[in-house]
Amino acid sequence: MTPFTYERATSPEAAIRAVAGTPGAKFIAGGTNLLDLMKFQIERPTHLVDVRGLPLATIEDTPDGGLRIGALVTNTALAAHPRVKRDYGVVSRAIVAGATGQLRNKASVGGNLLQRNRCPYFYNVHTPCNKRVPGSGCSAIGGASRSLAVVGTSEACIAQNPGDMAVALMVLDAAVETMNAAGNTRSIPLAEFFRLPGETPEIEFALEPGELITAVTLPPPPAGTHHYHKVRDRASYAFAIVSVAAVLDEDGTGRVAFGSVAPRPWRVAEAEAALPEGPAAVVASAFDGAKPTHENAFKIPLAERTLALVIAEGKG
Amino acid sequence: MKFATPAGENPIDRLSVVGRPVPRIDGPRKVTGTARYAYERHDAVSNPAYGWIVGASIGRGRVVSIDTAAAQAAPGVLAVLSTLDFAPLAPGFRTTVHLFGGAQVQHYGQAIALVVADTFEEASAAAHLLTVEYEVAPGRYDLAAEAATAEPVADRDAPDYPVVDRIGDFEAAFAAAPVTVDQHYTTPDQTHAMMEPHATTAAWRDGKVTIWTSAQIVAWHRPDLAKWLGVTEGDVRLEAPFIGGGFGAKLIAQCDAPLAALGARAVGRPVKVTLQRPLVINNTTRRAGTHQHIRLGATRDGRLTAIGHVSLNGNLPGAFAEAAIAPTRLFYAAPNRYLTMKLAALDLAEGNDMRAPGEAPGLMALEIAMDELAEKLGMDPVALRIVNDTQVDPREPDRPFSERHFVECLRTGAERFGWDRRNPTPGAQSDGKWLIGMGMAGGFRLNLLLPSAARVRLEVDGGLTVETDMTDIGTGSYTILAQTAAEMMGVPLAAVTVRLGDSAYPVSAGSGGQFGANNATSGLYAACVKLREAVAARLGIDAADAEFRDGRVLSGDRSVALAEAVREGPLVAEDGITYGDLDEQFVQATFAAQFAEVAVDGFTGEMRVRRMLAVIDSGRVINPTTARSQVIGGMTMGVGAALMETLAVDVRHGTFITNDLGFYEVPVHGDIPHQEVVFLDYPDNKSSPMKAKGIGEIGLCGVAAAIANAVYNATGVRVRDYPITLDKHLAGLPRVA
Repeated sequence: MTPFTYERATSPEAAIRAVAGTPGAKFIAGGTNLLDLMKFQIERPTHLVDVRGLPLATIEDTPDGGLRIGALVTNTALAAHPRVKRDYGVVSRAIVAGATGQLRNKASVGGNLLQRNRCPYFYNVHTPCNKRVPGSGCSAIGGASRSLAVVGTSEACIAQNPGDMAVALMVLDAAVETMNAAGNTRSIPLAEFFRLPGETPEIEFALEPGELITAVTLPPPPAGTHHYHKVRDRASYAFAIVSVAAVLDEDGTGRVAFGSVAPRPWRVAEAEAALPEGPAAVVASAFDGAKPTHENAFKIPLAERTLALVIAEGKG
Repeated sequence: MKFATPAGENPIDRLSVVGRPVPRIDGPRKVTGTARYAYERHDAVSNPAYGWIVGASIGRGRVVSIDTAAAQAAPGVLAVLSTLDFAPLAPGFRTTVHLFGGAQVQHYGQAIALVVADTFEEASAAAHLLTVEYEVAPGRYDLAAEAATAEPVADRDAPDYPVVDRIGDFEAAFAAAPVTVDQHYTTPDQTHAMMEPHATTAAWRDGKVTIWTSAQIVAWHRPDLAKWLGVTEGDVRLEAPFIGGGFGAKLIAQCDAPLAALGARAVGRPVKVTLQRPLVINNTTRRAGTHQHIRLGATRDGRLTAIGHVSLNGNLPGAFAEAAIAPTRLFYAAPNRYLTMKLAALDLAEGNDMRAPGEAPGLMALEIAMDELAEKLGMDPVALRIVNDTQVDPREPDRPFSERHFVECLRTGAERFGWDRRNPTPGAQSDGKWLIGMGMAGGFRLNLLLPSAARVRLEVDGGLTVETDMTDIGTGSYTILAQTAAEMMGVPLAAVTVRLGDSAYPVSAGSGGQFGANNATSGLYAACVKLREAVAARLGIDAADAEFRDGRVLSGDRSVALAEAVREGPLVAEDGITYGDLDEQFVQATFAAQFAEVAVDGFTGEMRVRRMLAVIDSGRVINPTTARSQVIGGMTMGVGAALMETLAVDVRHGTFITNDLGFYEVPVHGDIPHQEVVFLDYPDNKSSPMKAKGIGEIGLCGVAAAIANAVYNATGVRVRDYPITLDKHLAGLPRVA
């Protein structure tokens, strides 16, 4: 680990000032991903601003019938919240499918959205990686790529977003509330929050330097049954190979997003519109233009089969 | 004591302590954090400095220069040891690798520097300030690509077998066989994935060094360390009282031990060093992957007439081959056979021992082939194995097995598991969305006899102290040694103190090759026999007819308290077991019948093991509780081997890229169902006075194939390349409702 300085922030404004004003500074909340990356010297912040003392850990109903989730709400608390369990089941299911109880106790909602990818070449500091060292090249293309993305990728990067919670939030049309260095707040639709790699895979999120996530908001719950199915190589504590988050209505319409197949939770409007035609039509549309490797091409038929399972469960 | 003739009745046969399900006596220390491991010897070493090992980031070539200036100047740094400033440490016991020293890079991750600093974080931060210049040489990293260059090779651990092991005329018999299987199988490179990574604390004093390290076999480490440090063996004290798992990874010294000692010498202060998981994977040893070609020929009633088994694998030049054909030599008999191994040069971290070396990967292939043969014959897989059982060494038919109850394992297992409920038609059984399958396989692993010694002292308070350099790598050695001493001396278990893993103690077999329990307890048995003689002599009793029971010595009408013998001072006895040729006269081996029921998600292809059963024939069971733990641990490792474990090689960089426990998945609790273990518990009087045999590896043998066969039974898609991940059978899955 590279030496760094550390402070506990006492207000969102002070936290943002500290990060925006210090080159190489980062926020830290649960630290469940950042600390790992610091130990491997993949992340080398010079200064950490601990935001855990900020008053951002509440879950409130919004006037429109939605939910506002503070950025510091733990994954455990969010998954167990009565309204989340009742109205936004896809979120609870996605969260408990991820990590372990211990990690979910530490991980925050805001931090979870910012978790980095799980490409093995990103983790090995001696192999080229455009995310880690922009311009150095992508070792995953032509390398060990079984777990990586098949769609939304670029010649510069095929890393996948490995999250669970974010896939569920994506089907719910969640938005990310932030505050920036000037003290301004804004709401970023989740679909715009995650950037595709293009030629700048090192830029993963639509956040300005020093911009702090303060909350995630959910619109009123959509009608239908909530599903999250995560496919993995072992029963627990593994990143998804493919996951499907869906809210399905009785009439065969609904919403669907795929996890671990793309650099961000993958939700495509045209694909979703094909739900009444069945999983093959949805996947054909959602994965149009996919560029899988020979190691991960199976993710596309797997996505179709997983969606078929979810639809079958919905009819259950 | 030389054990040269089969054991008669002896005090162990009373089974008043031995054979009982005693909880492990070191358990309280483990759960209270007072069992000190090599990296946590705060009790012995104050103020240690921390070493951080830097591994080479090329697969093959030379280190041209290492610029250490920035690291030397970094906060807290005490020393930077560059490989270029040291002569190569000559390869140690059972290895071809230079652990440190010199410019040559034999494989990715080989240690090229040690940074020593006041704190762990300072050492790690400074390590990243090194600038290393390499001259990269082309490396060989792809076994398939090197297959054509492979040469036939002898078995390091069984050199008496011919390189090409032929009986009869295999080719003709195979060609003439009415039913045949001719298939290729692959097993991947694996890492041991023991919980505790390699770790060492070292401290010098007056030219002598004490090394607290995580070693399975103390006496396999000490001579190499003395050689590398340029001191006598007597100047090296090695202590390894607790080890957090090994599975073969810690049979021989890895770079943490010499580098901790070299670092400590350089800075004049104790130094501790541990390997991070990526270094464990790329710097130390692996189980080498195999490509296996198996050909079986049989008559229509299932009798094997031809067995062909060719195994290819790759290793560093001069290193050995994974003996995947080992089980095939002795498990089934056929009048014609052709067994051989081929070895290609690969510039990857050295392939070396991992739990049940040879047998584990060999059975992964052989026992699928047997399943395939059963299907072709239209024969039950259990019945096929029963038909082909042999009670003699197929190569030397006048050499019988000492004890072999494999058929009973099979029959007992089939009955306990409800094997008759298996639908022999694959892909025909379902439970909702789940495809259900049952599979079984045989397990085989040799029982190895090695000398082992111990010292036992009867204290004046009536307590017994046992000392041997035997290790407890989580297996239960402390407990079974205490049981042995208690049984032999007729004292309660609580009266026995066991001290292990210290080079100051008599040399034992150590922990490895499933030879630890039987040999170490037998060595202690020998020492106890000597102590009984000493006690009897003090009491004026004839040792030959003395009985030691309930803290007393009984002989004829006499009954004397054991404590009487030590009124004037403790009695110490030291002896060991050595062996005659009973393992040459008889094949000594252990057997298993492994059964598994697997559910496969008909949509996603995900596999979940629902039930497992092992029926084990491994001689006398010294402690059913710790023995069961060994077997269920092996079964768990078999689930990993079957369904998830693989070290992915990046053939461009020459590195195992799945280099931590996030990428290299092993089973978690959720993957493991109820595991039933049945011991047949037949004492083997040719193995030792304990009449026990190995238990640490047989539990793994055959498990992966049993699961593979169950998956096939569930899906009808035969996967011959381990691990069986869902992508390998997804396209062929039958449609579910």
